[in-house]
Amino acid sequence: MVSPSNHDDRDAVISIRGLVNGFGGTIIHDHLDLDVYRGEILGVVGGSGSGKSVLLRSIVGLNRPESGSIKVFGQETADVDAEDFHGLQLRWGVLFQEGALFSAETVAQNIQVPMRRWTRMSQELMDELAAMKLALVGLPEDTAQKYPSELSGGMKKRAGLARALALDPELLFLDEPTSGLDPISAAQFDELVRNLQQSLGLTVFMVTHDIDSLRATTDRIAVLVDKKIKVGTIETLVKDPQPWIHEYFSGPRGRAALADHVA
Amino acid sequence: MRNLAPAIKIASPAALRLETSGRGARLILGGDWIVAEAARVDEELRALSFGEANEIAIDGSAVELLDSAGVWLILRTKRDLEAKHATVQGPVLPERYRTLFEKMEAECIAPPVTHPHPVSFEAFLARIGRGTMHVLRQGYDMTGFLGRIAVETSEAVVAPRRELPFPAFIQQIEETGLTALPIVGMLAFLLGVVLAYQGADQLKRFDAQIYTIDFLGVGFLRELGGLVTAIIIAGRSGSAFTAQIGTMRVNEETDAMQTIGLNIAEILVLPRVLGLVVALPLLTFFADVVGIIGGMVMTYFDLGITIPAFMRELEGAITLKTLLVGLVKAPVFAFVIAMVGCFEGMRVERNAASVGKLTTRSVVESIFLIIALDAGFSVLFSVLGI
Repeated sequence: MVSPSNHDDRDAVISIRGLVNGFGGTIIHDHLDLDVYRGEILGVVGGSGSGKSVLLRSIVGLNRPESGSIKVFGQETADVDAEDFHGLQLRWGVLFQEGALFSAETVAQNIQVPMRRWTRMSQELMDELAAMKLALVGLPEDTAQKYPSELSGGMKKRAGLARALALDPELLFLDEPTSGLDPISAAQFDELVRNLQQSLGLTVFMVTHDIDSLRATTDRIAVLVDKKIKVGTIETLVKDPQPWIHEYFSGPRGRAALADHVA
Repeated sequence: MRNLAPAIKIASPAALRLETSGRGARLILGGDWIVAEAARVDEELRALSFGEANEIAIDGSAVELLDSAGVWLILRTKRDLEAKHATVQGPVLPERYRTLFEKMEAECIAPPVTHPHPVSFEAFLARIGRGTMHVLRQGYDMTGFLGRIAVETSEAVVAPRRELPFPAFIQQIEETGLTALPIVGMLAFLLGVVLAYQGADQLKRFDAQIYTIDFLGVGFLRELGGLVTAIIIAGRSGSAFTAQIGTMRVNEETDAMQTIGLNIAEILVLPRVLGLVVALPLLTFFADVVGIIGGMVMTYFDLGITIPAFMRELEGAITLKTLLVGLVKAPVFAFVIAMVGCFEGMRVERNAASVGKLTTRSVVESIFLIIALDAGFSVLFSVLGI
């Protein structure tokens, strides 16, 4: 684990300054700042409606912020032309909450969609690479021919992860990857994320509710409270007096999850 | 041509060189072995000829960037050589990529994925079989549904403890009947205009223009008014029934109803069926009247037949029976539309794609059944001499 104090010299993959987001008069993010450094797993937590997913969607360009600057790989996402934005898109992969697999295509075809769109690889090579991705996310070979409707929730997420990794991105966005999974599958998924992050050298931006998952995978945690962000590690955040953060980490669930970690 | 080139700037292109010396060979890799280069490198690797060499060393120490696609290409080359009984040394890779290579060497052993082949003869036969079974199954299920609704309806009507969901019933009449008036009226009017114009055009040749009115009256009241209205309503309300009930299925609302002990057939299906059975005959009558008016307008402008003259001719051409023969079919059509709409809605599975698929099917099925039934009615009426 990397301590949060000595990161000044590190390379910020995502750099957000003064981000303002709002819907219909309610402000969700009020001049929010955040840096995500290369090679770390950042967990983003916050209450329902605190704008975790909106933050993720703003970074990947699915939601246009009212003001502020979002730089990914040093490029401003708001005012790049389409071609440069595609360049950014190739360097990140997004896993949506329910996997968001294309239901009309098999898992293998789903994984090959980004390959087909952006490369000129032969079908043969794409078939090999799809099998390789499936193996990396821990799905059995016979999943390739299945349609998303034939998969369980956990398998959909793994298949979605395989698609997100199709073009070997440097940056991976995960939107509540463990929600809806049983604790065993959730723990396996956490391990998978950690494992892939290390072997592929990924930077991971992970929105989550799951405090076990935070403990198991993240290097740093960003908490969305009062329309701002507070960044720290579990150790520092546990001592934070802010009521929501205190309740989150020191409430019954938080204490249980962190029992061996903090004591 | 779409490719990665404009988007990803490759710092140093992937390179590979083969040095052979008799039975030994060195494969030297360098540059960026990343997914953007995979297509080109793949071709080059497949084109490599190792000749006599069966002791090969792979040297990747000059590789600058490596991702999982690059590792795969190296790994595959190594495995292909080993399968040809060559001894492979290495690959030597920069230290930072050792873990990834070892992980993939251990985990990625599956053969390439395969895709379903929809073209083979076997698959073709299987599809026919599945299709046939599906149609039979559908008929069977539909009969069951019909029976269930029949029992529910009679119980709801007979048993005093169960009141008909009256407000929902009235709401359905409004939604399927009242709000459909503009579209039905508009189309019926235009159809009347078209029929009158075409009829007049043909009958002019025999100097029998006046019979345009007979043709219009009989044709519209007996057949077209009812048929067109039913088809419009199948597209408008039948699809809405499937989509509404289907969305409730996706959302687990119907399951919630069942656990609370509510009767789905009574709450969702009955008001829709009864509402449409009342609304469609009324709409059909409206369409008949507006269609005749459309024809009247056209004959006035095209043939110069005044309204009183039109009325006189029309009175001679049609009787109350003509109107009733058309109207009697409407409740049957309404029943079919509502039943198919609700039935397909109940069959929606818990995914969004299923709603769209079954909504389409519901419309196609009801229109098919309406036209088939209409043909049946024609045969029946001619046998009965009506």
